[in-house]
Amino acid sequence: MSETAHEAGGTGPSHRAVEAGVAIVIGLFGVIAVIGSLRVGIGWADDGPMAGFFPFYIGVIIILSSLVNLYTVLFATSGDQGLFATWDQLGKVTSVVIPTAIYVGIMPYIGIYVASALLIGIFMLWLGKYRWTIAIPVALLVPVLTFFFFERWFLVPLPKGPLERLLGLYA
Amino acid sequence: MFDDLGNLMYGFSVVLQPHNILLMVVGIVLGVIVGVLPGLGGANGVAILLPLTFSMSPTSAIIMLSCIYWGALFGGAITSILFNIPGEPWSVATTFDGYPMAQQGRAGEALTAAFTSSFVGALFAVIMITLVAPLVASFALRFGPAEIFSVYFLAFCSFVGLSKEPPFKTIAAMMLGFGLGAVGLDQVTGQLRLTFGFETLLGGFDFLIAVIGLFGIGEILLTMEEGLSFRGKSAKISLAVVIKTWKELPRYWLLSLRSCLIGCWMGISPAGATPASFMSYGIAKRISKRGHNFGKGEIEGVVAPETAAHAAGTAALLPMLALGVPGSPTAAVLLGGLLIWGLQPGPLLFVEQTEFVWGLIASMYMGNIVGLIVVLTCVPLFAAILRVPFSVIAPIILVLCAIGAYTVNNNSFDVVMMLVFGIAGYFMKKTNYPMAPMVLAIVLGDKAEESFRQSLLGSQGSLGVFFSNALVSTVMTLGLIALFWPLISRAMDLVLRRGSAARA
Amino acid sequence: MLTSNKILSVGAACLGGLLALSPAPAKAWEPSHPIEIIVPAGTGGGADQMARTMQGIITKHSLTKQPVVVINKSGGAGGEGFLDVKNSKGNDHKLIITLSNLFTTPMATGIPVNWKDLTPVAMMALDEFVLWVNAEKPYKTAKEFVDAIKAAPDNSFKMGGTGSKQEDQIITVALQKAIGKKMIYIPQAGGGAVAVQLVGNHVDSTVNNPIEAVAHWRGGKLRPLCVFDSKPMPYKDVVADGKSWADIPTCKSAGLDVEYLMLRGFFMGPGVKKEAVNYYVELFKKVRETPEWKKLMSDGAFNTTFMTGDEYAKWVANAEKTHEGLMREAGFLAKSN
Repeated sequence: MSETAHEAGGTGPSHRAVEAGVAIVIGLFGVIAVIGSLRVGIGWADDGPMAGFFPFYIGVIIILSSLVNLYTVLFATSGDQGLFATWDQLGKVTSVVIPTAIYVGIMPYIGIYVASALLIGIFMLWLGKYRWTIAIPVALLVPVLTFFFFERWFLVPLPKGPLERLLGLYA
Repeated sequence: MFDDLGNLMYGFSVVLQPHNILLMVVGIVLGVIVGVLPGLGGANGVAILLPLTFSMSPTSAIIMLSCIYWGALFGGAITSILFNIPGEPWSVATTFDGYPMAQQGRAGEALTAAFTSSFVGALFAVIMITLVAPLVASFALRFGPAEIFSVYFLAFCSFVGLSKEPPFKTIAAMMLGFGLGAVGLDQVTGQLRLTFGFETLLGGFDFLIAVIGLFGIGEILLTMEEGLSFRGKSAKISLAVVIKTWKELPRYWLLSLRSCLIGCWMGISPAGATPASFMSYGIAKRISKRGHNFGKGEIEGVVAPETAAHAAGTAALLPMLALGVPGSPTAAVLLGGLLIWGLQPGPLLFVEQTEFVWGLIASMYMGNIVGLIVVLTCVPLFAAILRVPFSVIAPIILVLCAIGAYTVNNNSFDVVMMLVFGIAGYFMKKTNYPMAPMVLAIVLGDKAEESFRQSLLGSQGSLGVFFSNALVSTVMTLGLIALFWPLISRAMDLVLRRGSAARA
Repeated sequence: MLTSNKILSVGAACLGGLLALSPAPAKAWEPSHPIEIIVPAGTGGGADQMARTMQGIITKHSLTKQPVVVINKSGGAGGEGFLDVKNSKGNDHKLIITLSNLFTTPMATGIPVNWKDLTPVAMMALDEFVLWVNAEKPYKTAKEFVDAIKAAPDNSFKMGGTGSKQEDQIITVALQKAIGKKMIYIPQAGGGAVAVQLVGNHVDSTVNNPIEAVAHWRGGKLRPLCVFDSKPMPYKDVVADGKSWADIPTCKSAGLDVEYLMLRGFFMGPGVKKEAVNYYVELFKKVRETPEWKKLMSDGAFNTTFMTGDEYAKWVANAEKTHEGLMREAGFLAKSN
């Protein structure tokens, strides 16, 4: 993504750079698949292919097609020469990814209900610029409804944390 | 034949008892809820509610459970169309055109088309079950591993070559899907592969996790990029849209008929509803005059997969009853229910448990009619969800996605994977990697590999098994034709043009 | 040192006194929140059916104050479910129903789980295995079938079964040894599908559990040849062709010295309260008395042996040894990785 610094506008990573990055990441998956397949045997036993046969060639094809894609991005003149997205846009995307990542990360420890209330509340207050009087009731209502729906009626246990333990709602 | 009709009438008299009608409505509503929530799904829904039915008579119980099944089938389309999140594998193809339609403010139309098509498909399959059950059951017996593989092969072939994205990106995406599908336990050798000793990877990547992430979360990220304004224009929310769409739908009768046939065939063969929906979509895209418009919000692209999926989902109950082999995961749970009530599925069920079997078949008719009425009246309600501001609905969708991802395997790590898939989906979509072949590969890849290797075990490594009898050869040949269709049609074009040029 | 020991012993004495004072602690334990039953297999399979039937029976007869929840964790041939229970130390509300993959999965895949990591609760039943052939085939007895295999070259006969390196394949390997000819083993995803493959003549024989194949037997499509048990099954009600489960001879009597029974039993995580284990044992005893359970047992021709405590643990230890021997012989043990 260092290319972008040279661009006059400099308002975001170029489409090409990101595309090259995606091709490389996909190619790496191919490498992982190949390594994993080699561990379980990639041959063709007398009764058909072994466990690693298909994953191995899948990995090889992924690597090869990623190389082609990388080549196309770097050397072909056609293709999208513009920006992938502006930094402003990426900032907006990050503003969803980061809370969600935190949400996903703390869920096993504080339980899905508390985490969900926090996510909805913060999302509405911070990104939606709602007033407390609207955001807080929504943030509380959704997890409570979810609780009754899943735990009580459908008997599907979801991750719970200290608060639920405190309330005696099963840990 | 006349006996059967008499039996069916008797079945209707059982089903139309007031308490059974009530159970039917309850079942449909529960089913729709179960189908709407990603992750819960039909199989889980039926499994969870199964024990509640032990105190009922078997007939009442199966009426309620099968209505949950219909409800879930209907409900799966709702999230696919509104939020691009398919709750069931066979709803994936519905997102391709259903979601773009919703974005264009045509959510009501898409929902109506989806529900109506589901109904038509299911009805067609039920009529088939009523008329030719014994005949069809024996057809299912002809499917060994080689035949099953040929069906998967056909599903893949009728689908690839469709995407407009650069070919090497399509290949990379599809292979990535195959690779992800291969993680976990290899069914044929019982070995773990590509898990690298991580306990969290034992179960592999469930299709639902990938789809919730790639489609659902990825879509939210894309929407965020453009700020908080929701991309979907607020849909019209009146029942008039139902009537309007209905006026349009009869035009696609040929498409519907073809999709019904594909669906019934796939449902009876053990392949099931998922390949049916993809195959039907693929073939419709090739044959339709507006094929180039598929993927951009074409109503035919909703009708084709929905009709086929439901015809297949319904037809799948036939092998379950007649042979005791489930055609879908939900059917597998229903099958468990039959055993618990002390009913042995199998050829004798039709003879020994007349009331039950014909009650069930009658409830298929009634359940679908009741279901259609219930979901159609709710179309405005569903479409109105799109009017909720994005900053309110987005976190709620995120929460529901997380719950869905968690409930698939009761595993917190899956929720992390969902987010990873979401971010990957955002980048891949923006760099023109097609999602559809990737998801198809995750859904069907390991099953196709399994049946391929089972066939080779049986034939001791000889590939000739795929052309060893009329059935398997026909399907394989169809697959090859579908694969090379672009070439074939170009060649035919050339020949025709030369022919017409010569005449001129 | 001495003082701390003294303090400890005094403390222990106090604690003992306290325990003695509290009224009948062994009887007092009751689940305080929903009871989870983990099924280390997919929805719709034999273990799943049994767990859900029990859930239904417990709900219908109100045998517990708290609801029972069934959760499937089938990843890695059930390894996921076993790991979950192993990691639920001291959780008095989580049980797991096991099938043979309690032994086979760790052995075949190297997943770090052993039944000794878990707390045995009770054996509910043992599942029988029967040798089936298609009814169109001329083999009327196990001996005729075995003779046909012996007369043909290796790999002429196909055996269908559930999963790979699991019970069905273990039996197949033992059969091969007894017969002295190789067979082709074709793994399928579930027992129902295996039976249908046999009905469709895509394989030559299967070792389905009674419940998986009984419908096809009654429909005149399949024929049972022998049961892999030391004595015939006890169920004398006529099932098909004027025959009952009890009429199926043992494989041993047909010259095939192969015996195999599959455990359908319950375990809990490590470090659970003794009182909790006792509670569940009593609960299962009540379940066994219900008509619904008895019907399930006779429909599936189960061996209804019930064991708890040390007797059960001893049985499991023996079964583990047997499996290890069979798996080693078959070359199914995971390479140490």
